[in-house]
Amino acid sequence: MSSTTWQSSLTMPVVPGRDHVRGRIDAPATMVEYGDYECPFCRMAFDVVEEIVDELGDNLLFVYRHFPLSTVHPHAVTAAEAAEAAGAQGRFWDMHRLLYADQQHLGGQALMDRAQALGLATDRFVDDLRAHVHAEKVETDFLSGVRSGVNGTPTLFINGRRHDGPADRASLLRALR
Amino acid sequence: MTNVSQGPLPPGTEAPDFRLACAPGRTLGRSDLQGRPSVLVFYPADWSPVCSDQMPLYQQVKPLFDHFEAQIVGISVDGAWCHKAFAEHRNIQYPLLADFEPKGAVSRAFGAYRDNEGISERALFVLDADSTIRWSYVSPIDVNPGADGILHALEEMTGQRVAP
Repeated sequence: MSSTTWQSSLTMPVVPGRDHVRGRIDAPATMVEYGDYECPFCRMAFDVVEEIVDELGDNLLFVYRHFPLSTVHPHAVTAAEAAEAAGAQGRFWDMHRLLYADQQHLGGQALMDRAQALGLATDRFVDDLRAHVHAEKVETDFLSGVRSGVNGTPTLFINGRRHDGPADRASLLRALR
Repeated sequence: MTNVSQGPLPPGTEAPDFRLACAPGRTLGRSDLQGRPSVLVFYPADWSPVCSDQMPLYQQVKPLFDHFEAQIVGISVDGAWCHKAFAEHRNIQYPLLADFEPKGAVSRAFGAYRDNEGISERALFVLDADSTIRWSYVSPIDVNPGADGILHALEEMTGQRVAP
């Protein structure tokens, strides 16, 4: 019916030094999530993804990239930068969890509270955010998502192809097989 | 009875002429778009859930479209006041056109109308500065197609590339 066909696929390969990864680099299956910390659907996906990552272990390479919809989510970009700032101190995934744990509180003080709770060097954390040290990484994630066909948040790429089906545990496990 | 339309107008076709309300009391037509590339986004309805909605996505991506000097317009059968409220709510700053009266006429002309349901297809058209269609695509009605196909078509058309 369409005059052209189109399959949206991941255009920027996974690079462990640059990307935040869990599982094994050479796992037989990969799942890349583009997410927005202020998006309620991403909050729901977080639970499902955690289950799947735990369940599949070394059989899955999971990657998280930022896709902040700043035009509708005013805290999303700063939250993403905060996750990156925590990542610069080796605590990306812990900050990632804390951000999704309380989406109602993503303002400056709430981010500081999380940094303190994680025992981060808060001066450095604050400086990183003020100077937007990690803005470029967030922007590059975002642009790679646009080019790959991210169509909202969360968008999942399973083995390089955009997953357009349901994102419940059973459907994702099926797609990952 | 199936709901299959005849398919979107293919590349190489001249875009049909049209003029629709872009705001209460104002119109925008094909002649206003001439001179620059255009992206026409037909979509079923305003007010889809935010995070998966095409219109805010394209607003977010608009700086990339600007790079090609491409203008973007959304088109659905919603009326102009509905579009106005929706655009304000979602902070959409490009025109949303009301294919309201006659209902779906422009969508039909582009081969992007679902007669049985009375809504536009989720269809994308990239036009060049002379209003010739250079790329068209109909997405499954429940799948937001994203911006990658549009960007690819703009790059092919202009010879420019957008990083990364």
